[in-house]
Amino acid sequence: MSTVVDDTHHDEHHDHKPYGITRWLFTTNHKDIGSLYLWFSFIMFFIGGAMAMVIRAELFQPGLQLVEPNFFNQMTTVHGLIMVFGAVMPAFTGLANWMIPMMIGAPDMALPRMNNWSFWILPFGFAVMLSSLFMEGGGPNFGWTFYAPLSTTYSNDSTAFFVFAIHILGISSIMGAINVIVTITNMRAPGMSYMKMPLFVWTWLITAFLLIAVMPVLAGAVTMVLTDKYFGTSFFDAAGGGDPVMFQHIFWFFGHPEVYIMILPSFGIISAIIPAFTRKRLFGYASMVYATASIAILSFLVWAHHMFTTGMPVFAELFFMYCTMLIAVPTGVKIFNWVATMWRGAMTFEAPMLFALAFVILFTIGGFSGLMLAITPVDFQYHDTYFVVAHFHYVLVTGAVFSIMAAAYYWLPKWTGYMYDETLAKLHFWTSLISVNVLFFPMHFAGLAGMPRRIPDYAVQFADVNQIASIGGFAFGLSQLIFLWLVIKCTRGGEKAAAKPWEGAEGLEWTVPSPAPYHTFEKPPKVE
Amino acid sequence: QNRLNLTEGVTDVSNRVYDLHMTIFYICCVIGVIVFGLMFISMIRHRKSKGREPAKFHESVKVEIAWTIIPFLILVGMAIPATSTLIAMEDTSDADVTVQVTGSQWKWHYEYFEHEVEFFSRLATQQEQIQNKFEKSENYLLEVDNPLVVPTGKKVRFLVTSDDVIHSWWVPDFAVKKDANPGFINEAWTRIEEPGIYRGQCAELCGKDHGFMPIVVIAKEPAEYQQWIEETEAEQIAAKEREQELLDMEMSMDDLMAMGEKIYNSTCAACHQANGQGIPGTFPALAGEGVSVDPDQRQQHIDIVVNGVQGTAMQAFGQQLSMQELAAVITYERNAWGNDTGETVQAADINELMNQ
Amino acid sequence: MAEQQSYYVPPSSPWPIVGAIGLGLIAWGAGSTVINISNAEEGYGSTVLTLGIIVMAVMLFGWFRDQINESMQGMHSDQLNVSYKQGMSWFIFSEIMFFAAFFGALFYARVISIPWLDGASNNAMTAEVLWPQFVAQWPLVETPGGTETQGMGWYGLPLINTVILVISSITCHFAHVGLEENKRKQLTIMLGVTIVLGCIFLYLQGAEYVHAYEQLGLTLDSGIYGNTFYMLTGFHGMHVTLGTIMLIVMFLRVVKGHFSPDNQFAFQATSWYWHFVDVVWICLFVLVYVI
Ligand code: HEA
Ligand code: HEA
Ligand code: CUA
Ligand SMILES: [Cu+2]
Repeated sequence: MSTVVDDTHHDEHHDHKPYGITRWLFTTNHKDIGSLYLWFSFIMFFIGGAMAMVIRAELFQPGLQLVEPNFFNQMTTVHGLIMVFGAVMPAFTGLANWMIPMMIGAPDMALPRMNNWSFWILPFGFAVMLSSLFMEGGGPNFGWTFYAPLSTTYSNDSTAFFVFAIHILGISSIMGAINVIVTITNMRAPGMSYMKMPLFVWTWLITAFLLIAVMPVLAGAVTMVLTDKYFGTSFFDAAGGGDPVMFQHIFWFFGHPEVYIMILPSFGIISAIIPAFTRKRLFGYASMVYATASIAILSFLVWAHHMFTTGMPVFAELFFMYCTMLIAVPTGVKIFNWVATMWRGAMTFEAPMLFALAFVILFTIGGFSGLMLAITPVDFQYHDTYFVVAHFHYVLVTGAVFSIMAAAYYWLPKWTGYMYDETLAKLHFWTSLISVNVLFFPMHFAGLAGMPRRIPDYAVQFADVNQIASIGGFAFGLSQLIFLWLVIKCTRGGEKAAAKPWEGAEGLEWTVPSPAPYHTFEKPPKVE
Repeated sequence: QNRLNLTEGVTDVSNRVYDLHMTIFYICCVIGVIVFGLMFISMIRHRKSKGREPAKFHESVKVEIAWTIIPFLILVGMAIPATSTLIAMEDTSDADVTVQVTGSQWKWHYEYFEHEVEFFSRLATQQEQIQNKFEKSENYLLEVDNPLVVPTGKKVRFLVTSDDVIHSWWVPDFAVKKDANPGFINEAWTRIEEPGIYRGQCAELCGKDHGFMPIVVIAKEPAEYQQWIEETEAEQIAAKEREQELLDMEMSMDDLMAMGEKIYNSTCAACHQANGQGIPGTFPALAGEGVSVDPDQRQQHIDIVVNGVQGTAMQAFGQQLSMQELAAVITYERNAWGNDTGETVQAADINELMNQ
Repeated sequence: MAEQQSYYVPPSSPWPIVGAIGLGLIAWGAGSTVINISNAEEGYGSTVLTLGIIVMAVMLFGWFRDQINESMQGMHSDQLNVSYKQGMSWFIFSEIMFFAAFFGALFYARVISIPWLDGASNNAMTAEVLWPQFVAQWPLVETPGGTETQGMGWYGLPLINTVILVISSITCHFAHVGLEENKRKQLTIMLGVTIVLGCIFLYLQGAEYVHAYEQLGLTLDSGIYGNTFYMLTGFHGMHVTLGTIMLIVMFLRVVKGHFSPDNQFAFQATSWYWHFVDVVWICLFVLVYVI
């Protein structure tokens, strides 16, 4: 889509990196900060995954074996929080940091010091949240959705830590998003018009807008939880004229756009990878942009599909059902565009492509179950069962997480200067692909048959399904150790990567050497 | 009961829901087969290793419009039956029987509007089964002490609410799932075609024992139901009268302790724990601490148990237990686990507090 | 796109990590403080909180000092100024969304929860069974639970405060005009007046709270009316405080001779912030007090 005519960057001669610990603590370099985000997210993925393993181990058999119900609830809650705010979102921000300046020909992010700040408050936020697990009474145990009044009047003492931790994560996301928007709108190289930007940049631009619009609302929601619990307000208490359901409206006004925050950048990644390995231009670039924007706009109008059983009036239920169903249209456009891109291409199947293809299929399956959930009368049956759990793990794990892995494989050569080990990568892919389906597919059945979510123990008829899912879970967890090993290996050495290791890849990032020099595009390239 | 698919259920509505579910499922399958089919064809045939040259096309307004409009039409096709089913489900008018369903941590309370009948319904599975000490029974975690009884062939309306956090009353066979929101009443209804026993569970995270508050509904033929409700009503009225008489009776310490221990374990132990230690930071301990060991605070102790503590998880048990039971459980708390205040509390003390 | 001058990428800086530590201490300290208060126990929470605030203050001071030095040395290109301006605008947008959450709560209470508690929409049984005594009204002078309070009128202090803030917005604007036209005296005076007006506003707001607590029985825990009232005016008041501090800093810089018609980002940002605070107040005045 964009070709470089004038390739005059002389980065090489002052590629001096600061070293030592202060390089990382004080850095203003978008690549360093990107790496920090990515490693942080990787660690969080393992911590959240370890909690998921506790969940799966407890659910391996009916009866209580390993953990107390209260602790189980903490695991479920913190697993959800960590995966959402600690693993997926920082991974995307890390990718944005690394790639967006390179993709649009900018020397760095627009506000480099703030960029560092956005990252470094994250570890502190999570430290506060995780430390509450070790307090008397334990950490958050009210689900990642922290519905009032379970999270207010009836929660444990440590709730204040949870609240302030969420504030910090919110501040981090908002600052990160401001940086992304400003970088994209103000730092593009000459000739890089909006409709020439890579789709990853486009999807992130829209994601950043969603972030700035909804993270403050989450901050408002936790603030009301704080005052309801500790300062006697009654936002969520009918006796004072409030309503517990109001909490859900505020939360999901944030929460639904949030789930698209976790998938739009994936769409951008997949839109880069599929053309690269198909050696064919992306089909329908413009409609991809419009579809992304439509999804983002619609995402503000569908929040109450999480609340169909709360007793809203019928007209509201109908409105939210229709709007939710509509989202299938722009999402479908994306899927079809990808298939059309593949059609009559010349495909090869390296690891990034394998993950991208798995993404398209498995995300669509997750989308189908989402569509089923959107049908209000049937959602009465699905709601708060494992069918929902299956749905969102398909879109999040085989969606968001798979796309992040695809991105990692795609850009690792650019980051490290070495090719990753393709054999290990294939092994990682196939073990993950099989185990993840063994893990999450049976959950559809458990849910349909009536197994509620967030329970530490279940009726005997769900035993075999859960056992299968747990086995898949352990296998999927172990498969990720391959990935960890592979990434470490790749940073250490290996076959040297060319500036453009993928035959069909396009974009400015491939015009700089691998590994990308510490400073790129100090003089902007010209784009035609 | 189907172990792998949605419950078809025993009401007209639940059947319609099931059909809707299957229809949409099949539509998704068809779309999936087409999309994934094309992908696989492409993946197999359009490979570089087969010497393919990539084609050059990269847009086509016509097909793009087509694949925007066709899915839209499919969605409209889905929305029509969904809308009519939904409207039918939400029409709670003209009910024959009305039951108020109140969730609280972690039990259900049922109150019949047309009769003076009300009772609590708690998990009946033994703790030992949950702890894997005994074999698990067939209806493990899906059995209660007092099931809800409703007539078949009649429109039964449920008024769903809660005393504390949000619960959700769910019976798959009726396709009824309604959140129990504290301070508000949600309405739902069902008309059951076949007599039988139907089981469900609380479907909204409501704290520690969310997994342990099942629902059991027995649907009886109208005549049988009529007989049951009248008998139960008579029983409950008689029990109330007996309670009034018992007010003057002094119970001995041993009797109080024996009765109190039972009540404590079924009602209080979920939070304060069987050993009275509570859960630090969440539920206060009773053993060796607070009102239950302080001889000066006997009256406060009674007040807390009877009226609850506003703004905390401590419920008001005044309506949940009989006066005698309240007296017994308070006595138990004041003397168990080494609290040994040596004091008894009698039903008359409770009566005095409640009617002052 | 602006023609690309060389964009200034600052060298490594210690301030962000100092700020992160500060924010971490604040979160931890605030959490412990709140818990200590609610359990009526002694604790180290407030110490940690204070420490965090000090670290934050040091950070802000150091960060802005660096920033000002760079600006005075002319390292800020036009493109960088655009970045700053856009950054500030998006920050203000995020603030608007934060207030939107509370305005949303106000809207929900008035239009949905209170009428529903009195039987509106599909809640006939809610009123009949649970709250037979309750009458929907706004201001909610008697809650369903029976807490009584009084409404806050819009004339008197709130009206005076509205006038004050609107005038301060205008003086702030004229200060900016003064800067643009290089009339330093107008700039200094108008900025000074703005600051004074901001302080008067805060003082009157405080007086209003005292009046509400002591005479009206309108407190933070007197039901959703008091909740939305205090949360909205309270958060607004915190923003006015912040804005006033920013104005004071600008004033000091103006006195030191900083800013010129083409180097004035910090001043502009502050004035935007001040206008934003003013607009929020007008919404608040209309939605909280008048209707
Ligand atoms: C990345 C995250 C992500 C994504 C992308 C989605 C996408 C969608 N989600 Fe999902 N969802 C979650 C994350 C996500 N969701 C989470 C985390 C929860 C649970 C939260 C909690 O309670 O903890 C949830 C819960 C959830 C619910 C609430 C369920 C309940 O609690 O009862 C609903 C209901 O409507 C829903 C619907 C949808 C729909 C319609 C989409 C659509 O966007 C999907 C669109 C895609 C397709 C439909 C497939 C491709 C399209 C075609 C091939 C075109 C042709 C197709 C047709 C015409 C059918 N989701
Ligand atoms: C992006 C988000 C994301 C991701 C990636 C995941 C990943 C996983 N999730 Fe997650 N999940 C959520 C988001 C996510 N989840 C959310 C939002 C909820 C709802 C929470 C709520 O109800 O409030 C939820 C809830 C949830 C539940 C329901 C809990 C309940 O209702 O009680 C379950 C149950 O199986 C589960 C399982 C898993 C598993 C097995 C993985 C696996 O994919 C994890 C794999 C990763 C690892 C295992 C780590 C790496 C490996 C090691 C650490 C080595 C050691 C390994 C072994 C010892 C085997 N999740
Ligand atoms: Cu009650 Cu879950
Ligand atoms: Cu959603």
